[in-house]
Amino acid sequence: MLLGRTANGLYWMNRYIERSENMARLVDAGLRLALTRTADASDEWASIVASAGAADTFRQRHSEFNAETVSDFLLRDPTNPGSVVSSMETARSNGRMVRTALTRETWESINDGWMSIKRMLANPIDGRDLPAILDGIKRETAIIRGSFHGTMLRNEIFDFSQIGTFVERADNTARILDVKYYVLLPSVSWVGSTLDNYQWESILRSVSAHRSYRWVYDAEYKPSLIADYLILNGRMPRSLAFCYRNIAESLNFLASEYGVRHSCHDLAESVLSRLKVSSIKEVFDQGLHEFLTDFIGDNSRLGSEIAQNYRFY
Amino acid sequence: MVAFDEMRPDGADVREPYRRYEGWLSAQDAARLTEKMTDAERVFRRTGITFNVYGDNEAAERLIPFDIVPRIIAGREWRRLTQGIEQRVMALNAFLDDIYHRQEILRAGRIPRELIAGNEAFLPEMIGMKPPGGVYTHIIGVDIVRTGEDEFFVLEDNARTPSGVSYMLENRETMMQLFPELFQSVKVRPVENYPQLLRQSLGRVRPNGCTKEMPRVAVLTPGIYNSAYFEHAFLADQMGVELVEGSDLRVVDGCVAMRTTEGYKEIDVLYRRVDDDFLDPLTFRSDSALGIAGIMDVYRAGNITIANAPGTGIADDKAIYSYMPEIIEFYTGRRAILGNIPTWRCSEDDSLKYVLEHLHELVVKEVHGSGGYGMLVGPAASKKERETFAAKLKARPGNYIAQPTLSLSTCPILTDAGLSPRHVDLRPFVLVSDKVQIVPGGLTRVALKQGSLVVNSSQGGGTKDTWVLDD
Repeated sequence: MLLGRTANGLYWMNRYIERSENMARLVDAGLRLALTRTADASDEWASIVASAGAADTFRQRHSEFNAETVSDFLLRDPTNPGSVVSSMETARSNGRMVRTALTRETWESINDGWMSIKRMLANPIDGRDLPAILDGIKRETAIIRGSFHGTMLRNEIFDFSQIGTFVERADNTARILDVKYYVLLPSVSWVGSTLDNYQWESILRSVSAHRSYRWVYDAEYKPSLIADYLILNGRMPRSLAFCYRNIAESLNFLASEYGVRHSCHDLAESVLSRLKVSSIKEVFDQGLHEFLTDFIGDNSRLGSEIAQNYRFY
Repeated sequence: MVAFDEMRPDGADVREPYRRYEGWLSAQDAARLTEKMTDAERVFRRTGITFNVYGDNEAAERLIPFDIVPRIIAGREWRRLTQGIEQRVMALNAFLDDIYHRQEILRAGRIPRELIAGNEAFLPEMIGMKPPGGVYTHIIGVDIVRTGEDEFFVLEDNARTPSGVSYMLENRETMMQLFPELFQSVKVRPVENYPQLLRQSLGRVRPNGCTKEMPRVAVLTPGIYNSAYFEHAFLADQMGVELVEGSDLRVVDGCVAMRTTEGYKEIDVLYRRVDDDFLDPLTFRSDSALGIAGIMDVYRAGNITIANAPGTGIADDKAIYSYMPEIIEFYTGRRAILGNIPTWRCSEDDSLKYVLEHLHELVVKEVHGSGGYGMLVGPAASKKERETFAAKLKARPGNYIAQPTLSLSTCPILTDAGLSPRHVDLRPFVLVSDKVQIVPGGLTRVALKQGSLVVNSSQGGGTKDTWVLDD
């Protein structure tokens, strides 16, 4: 038995931890791109902000896209609700609220992570420290995940947490793909071609998949293969298929534990079945942008249905 | 005024209870102890044992400073304290039962009627109401001060929602982590079963109609921004019960139920850490978002136990406090084992006159105040402060009581310059169901500023682990 409010707290705590980590990866990808290109990097930084889904808020705060403004905005701006600092604050408040559902190790890793990330980002970032800071953020979230997986009982508490993590991750991967393709691929006829390596690498890098891509495909960076990897590959831990397999699994555990299936179960199954198409070509035929837009919409609808079905409010 | 030092009175020999500890301490390296002090702080910050200070945005979450020198009480001293405490909490519950029913004590003229009738802490809604098991105040924190070898006094009864028990438990946990070897050489009675005792105690006062083998208990908290939130979560966790907020609860089919992922589930016993005023917007403050609309109706119908019962504040009110010796005698037929501190009720003309003339040597408190706010410590106040206070006192005498400035006992703390004595008090925690249980220990609060008598954590006080020896 779990309070609806606790299920809600667990779900959001995990979404925000995941979000913090994703922000760090995004900035890391932007940094790499800016360092490896000789031309003006402001377009790359702009696309990083767009991938974070924060272009409008950014423009209210800054007029220029560069390493300094973007990393400040995405990492340490408390007025940006999606910044790492804000996300960790929200994750930790939710953690305090659901304290009784967490093991001591898990809670302490969240509390510790919150303290040390706040400390790292207390002062304006010196560009020279940026790589170390990004590493630090990723390390803290990795410790939280490690404590969580190593100590938590596999029960409903675990399931709601997993769902939060994977709904957030799926949303993040889908947005990156959507934004990047829009920026990088001016027309559909370019899909099969090989483009500027750095740009493709940056997509993969923002989901920490630039090395594993080569293990799997052993080929040049190709838009169709990258899309295949990030959407359909069930072995890639940040792909949409992987996220949905996990979401469906957790939802099924809840259904068998409670003995009830809800509307969210049907929705998750239907999304998962669309990710089981045989080849990425089908996705491109439908239109990648349309496919991703539908996916992002369904993913967010799934979140609301879970909240409703399990009485989060 | 020389205070009684519990370790070395008058700088002389170490008192018996501290002997073994002192032997260990004198063999320790100073640098190592300082290091342990830092370790302790890190443990507390990591665990999130913080409290929120109202109106203090800068340090929204602060640690209560912890001192690593334990406060030690001999088994013999403790036995006498527990007898006195037990007598007192029985009297408090009998008083509450009487005051909400026949009011014999008023009829007998032992305490004035207007003290009850005009008191905000008296809840007319509780008149004639019999709580499950006949218990009103289930969890009590009795604040005790010491002034000499055999001189213990009760400073205050906390019969509403006393806090601090989580510090008692975490302080011990921390000490055992820092100095495991100490606990092998000194036999200290354990306190760690408090959460289990609390859970059992709450279970034994379940509603009469509740036939479950394990009644469903929940802790009601105002939420994460409350100053004692850590403690609420800690206790719920240690008892293995749900931690709920008002928004999780509603009245369903004549019972109080919580919203779970599988629908509403009935609660039998609610350990509430929300004040009376906020408990039920239909009965008390209508703007309360912290309570449950209709819970008082469920309570009156006998379908839920609320611990502590609403209206217990009438028993720990500072004006009532001055009558505790009479109250104890009235209900137990015996003299109080633990004394009160002499108290002047400023509502009485003679007393007011005396208090105004002796402000420089008295402590004056608000009748309904708590947490050390709104009080005047005469000897420490400036002439101007005393004059301002005298004006307030004359304007509303009934709002104040005064007590002599006691020379509270001291216990050493570890400072950069070595051991140094600081004033302490003690809050043991008492559980009442069909029996009275007191865990051997409590919360020792310590004034960290040299010479200061104010031990409240909201005013810069710290805490110590409290040892009751198994001798």
